[in-house]
Amino acid sequence: MLPTFTYVKPASIGEALRELATPGARAHAGGTDLLGCLRDRVFTAQKIVSLNGLSELHGVSDLQNGGLRIGALTTLAELAAHPVVLQRFTALAKGAGAAASPQLRNQGTVGGNLCQRPRCWYYRGDFPCARKGGDTCFAKEGENQLHAILGGDVCVMVHPSDTAPTLMALDASVRIVGPRGARTVPLDAFFVLPSKDYTRETVVEPDEIVTEIILPSPPAGAASTYRKLRARGAWDFALSGAAVMIARKGKTIQQARVVLSGVAPVPWRAPAAEKELVGHELSEGVIARAAEKATVGATPLSDNAYKVSLARGAAMEALSELRGAG
Amino acid sequence: MSDRSHRGPGDDQRVSRRGFLTTAATSAAAAAVVGAAVPAAAEPMRKADSETTHIVLNVNGRNYRLAVEPRETLIAVLRERMGLIGAKPGCERGECGACTVLIDGTTRYSCMTLAVEAQGRAITTIEGLAQGEELSTLQQAFIHEDGFQCGFCTPGQVMAAEGLLRKNASPSMDDIRLGMSGNLCRCGAYGHIFKAVQKAAATRKSGGGL
Repeated sequence: MLPTFTYVKPASIGEALRELATPGARAHAGGTDLLGCLRDRVFTAQKIVSLNGLSELHGVSDLQNGGLRIGALTTLAELAAHPVVLQRFTALAKGAGAAASPQLRNQGTVGGNLCQRPRCWYYRGDFPCARKGGDTCFAKEGENQLHAILGGDVCVMVHPSDTAPTLMALDASVRIVGPRGARTVPLDAFFVLPSKDYTRETVVEPDEIVTEIILPSPPAGAASTYRKLRARGAWDFALSGAAVMIARKGKTIQQARVVLSGVAPVPWRAPAAEKELVGHELSEGVIARAAEKATVGATPLSDNAYKVSLARGAAMEALSELRGAG
Repeated sequence: MSDRSHRGPGDDQRVSRRGFLTTAATSAAAAAVVGAAVPAAAEPMRKADSETTHIVLNVNGRNYRLAVEPRETLIAVLRERMGLIGAKPGCERGECGACTVLIDGTTRYSCMTLAVEAQGRAITTIEGLAQGEELSTLQQAFIHEDGFQCGFCTPGQVMAAEGLLRKNASPSMDDIRLGMSGNLCRCGAYGHIFKAVQKAAATRKSGGGL
């Protein structure tokens, strides 16, 4: 049984923000992460504020500039099957389609997927870890085969999202509204590294909500994809993954964005890999060099050195797929 | 409806609900259809106190008026308030799929859905698939292909398959594997489950019986 809470379902964003400003209030989108955290007593809620009465937060629409506006309550299943997303923002369709299980994709929203809490078994379990206000990251000396090889500091969680790396590769921005007004944050600046603040994963404040995701029009000659590697072929989190977007003129790469999943507390941009790609053709040698550079700076823990080669492999496979598509 | 048989009860290829109950009375799949035998009349509305809220849930085409606590999940309300015990609480954390139901035609874990959140939506449970005494084509396919062993996960498997076939009437074996990937079977009857889904798809397309 879940702990007791009250429930409201506001009909407007203004009303939702007023409800969220009350003590102990938490937003409910798809609920798949929220209910799990409440059940596991990861955190508490005095009041659940359902966002599902806000119809303006649903659905995908084309922008005049060739971009896309995705309402935060759009489900992962809707994104994975959306014809425009499939054709022009392929990495996102693949990421959304590779997340969780069919049932959870029917329920889970893209806004919630970006804002989900860590899946670290110490964080979810009965451990007073640093991220929950304690003073220890139990994974560092403990069971860390699924943990970070990059960007770890006080906490070595990995960010669990499959949509976040693809949205970052596609240069998305997130619209956040709150009592102090609205702001648009590039996804590159949306996630928070433990070295900056290990008690939070995103810049979203407790009294704010994500309302939409804005995708710019892909550059000319762009193609994107996402390769997810996991212990089984479905219904599992990424051990490592790579979201890649490249834009080519002729055969020469003009722009590249490479983002790794499953290896760091945030979706991990790999600028060294991107630098290897720009100005070159997508040859086997360039792909191998870029994949090698994708994990520059990796510092594996006792049980996860395998992730270095796995992440390189994911990058290599994603780039090779785009080579075939070019 | 296309997924239900229009052939007569005398056809020995068909499996009636009662016939299945007598031959498989101990399986949890049987429990699923027993649930359908519970009178579906709405229970008298419970007296609301400060912690409860009045809701109307539409389940298998019937409206139920209930007073629930906001923290009650859909599976708890289906089973404990309505007597619809087909959906099973397995992991109760959105991992095993035994509690799968359809909400507005798409599969959902009812253990990860608050009952208050399901208001105004069409909920279909395993009890809503059979037509009177006659199991749906999909349910019959599970029996014909031995798509279960202990049967505990079966109602969820059948509902996952129903959701899959409503979206994709001609699934490939890979589509079936992925479409059914949110449902675990500890007996490991996967091969038979996949065949049952394949058979149901073919039967539904041809409009015939098994």
